[in-house]
Amino acid sequence: MAKKVLVLAESRDGSLRNVSFEAIAAAKEISGGGEVFAVLCGESVQSLANDLIHYGADRVLVAENEKLANYTTDGYYQALKQIIDDEKPEAIVFGHTSLGKDLSPRLAARLESGLISDVTGLEQAGENTVFTRPVYSGKAFEKKLINDGLVFVTIRPNNIAPLEKDESRSGEVKSVSVEIKDLRTIVKEVVRKATTGVDLSEAKIIVAGGRGVKSEDGFKPLQELADVLGAAVGASRGACDADYCDYSLQIGQTGKVVTPDLYIACGISGAIQHLAGMSNSKVIVAINKDPEASIFSVADYGIVGDLFEVVPLLTEEFKKVLV
Amino acid sequence: MNIYVILKRTFDTEEKISVSNNKISEDSAEFIINPYDEYAIEEAITLKDAHGGTVTVVTVGDEDSEKELRTALAMGADQAVLISNEDLDSQDPFTTSSVLAAYFKDKEFDIILGGNVAIDNGTGQVGPRLAELLDIPHVTTITKIEINGTTVNIERDVEGDLEKIETSLPLLVTAQQGLNEPRYPSLPGIMKAKKKPLETLELDDLDIDEDDVEAKTKTVEIYLPPKKEAGKILSGDTADQVKELVSLLRNEAKVI
Repeated sequence: MAKKVLVLAESRDGSLRNVSFEAIAAAKEISGGGEVFAVLCGESVQSLANDLIHYGADRVLVAENEKLANYTTDGYYQALKQIIDDEKPEAIVFGHTSLGKDLSPRLAARLESGLISDVTGLEQAGENTVFTRPVYSGKAFEKKLINDGLVFVTIRPNNIAPLEKDESRSGEVKSVSVEIKDLRTIVKEVVRKATTGVDLSEAKIIVAGGRGVKSEDGFKPLQELADVLGAAVGASRGACDADYCDYSLQIGQTGKVVTPDLYIACGISGAIQHLAGMSNSKVIVAINKDPEASIFSVADYGIVGDLFEVVPLLTEEFKKVLV
Repeated sequence: MNIYVILKRTFDTEEKISVSNNKISEDSAEFIINPYDEYAIEEAITLKDAHGGTVTVVTVGDEDSEKELRTALAMGADQAVLISNEDLDSQDPFTTSSVLAAYFKDKEFDIILGGNVAIDNGTGQVGPRLAELLDIPHVTTITKIEINGTTVNIERDVEGDLEKIETSLPLLVTAQQGLNEPRYPSLPGIMKAKKKPLETLELDDLDIDEDDVEAKTKTVEIYLPPKKEAGKILSGDTADQVKELVSLLRNEAKVI
């Protein structure tokens, strides 16, 4: 049965996030030939709308309001609630991002609907769409469906391939006015801490350090490698607990669960909690002095050696071949 | 202040997972308080120390969850409530938040704290869903909280960036790593915990008809990820290994 599907598009620093294009691809599949429309919220975001069409949306609703300049739960909630009431979608797809995680449960509660979070794959089974998602931080997977009513899911970045960009596609872009009343939470300030601007959950390549980096300075060679590769830097809990880096970099069962194309683990022993956060990465490289380290058990390629020797050489080698 | 913590009993992070009969096997598994909920408990105790009041820990679970509630009491919570899920045929975040909302309906609360996600099912839904059902604001993934009267200043982690938020009580917040360092229960704490009140409630006590809170989602299959084949450990002198690795990543794995 064809469905009408709403996709919430997200922008960051003036451009759309990849996960929004991935969400459109997921929505297309859920729609079963129905309509996919994207919603874009912000203060001045109209110019981004056409890209959503190029990636497969049939039309775009743009909700511009000064109270939507920064994400707040109440602001976005009110805007989305109005659009959902008007449009009555049969399915909704958000990215499983900071914003998606914060907003989707609250909306689902208001809509008295089920919600399947952190989806990494989907398939059609008769009338239903069945969604795959990791549980126990990727130690297992489950296939889930929504019993009836609204199909509401959030999709994990980097797992569902976006459709190919087609600049010849066209579709309606329409402004909608939304009324935003009181905001009960106010954003006073946003302090940028992510150094490279490459977000861990969306990064295609991650260079991660563990206790083996030995100090805050020890992360410098990892950062240099990451810069050459356009990668994000991550860390094990050991490195965070030892104060070598901020907890926001932590990958693992507590911390972020990531699935990049390439994960380079430097001086990480590979505790089960860390493996839970990264073992589903497509290709894993381990660099560790200890040949018995359990990180090698999940690695596709391993180098037994001192990261302070290996990583700078690796940076130099990549510089040569990537020119 | 009336401070509440919602917590969940989960598998120990050390546990390997096995599947039997399309279910995660719980045989001989060790259980713990969900690590993110531990941050919530620690913060609740800190808030009580600063502002006075009572810390109540609440869970929806089976009778074995008493162990985790006792641990929270040993850390310093004052009282515990176990809402039994044994009459529920199915349970998902819709169910859990609806049951909790029924519990909180006639309670006076200033703040409810929880973890931002549980490490088993990993949905992160129950906190924000509960806040909506109680019609109070919520702030997720917090790393710092300061309360002055009814004004609340919060720092939260947003994908590595830090957001400073101002809001007010009553409020629901979910804890992110970095919020605090949870204490271990002390021996006197453990002794005292045995005498602290722990109330068990059935769904009937909350006037809940189990059909009204029936799960909205269904799990059709649970499976383990395919085992990874052994990787290639490179050899030779370091410079050669590095060259070989770069070549393998480009030509064999094709990720660069």
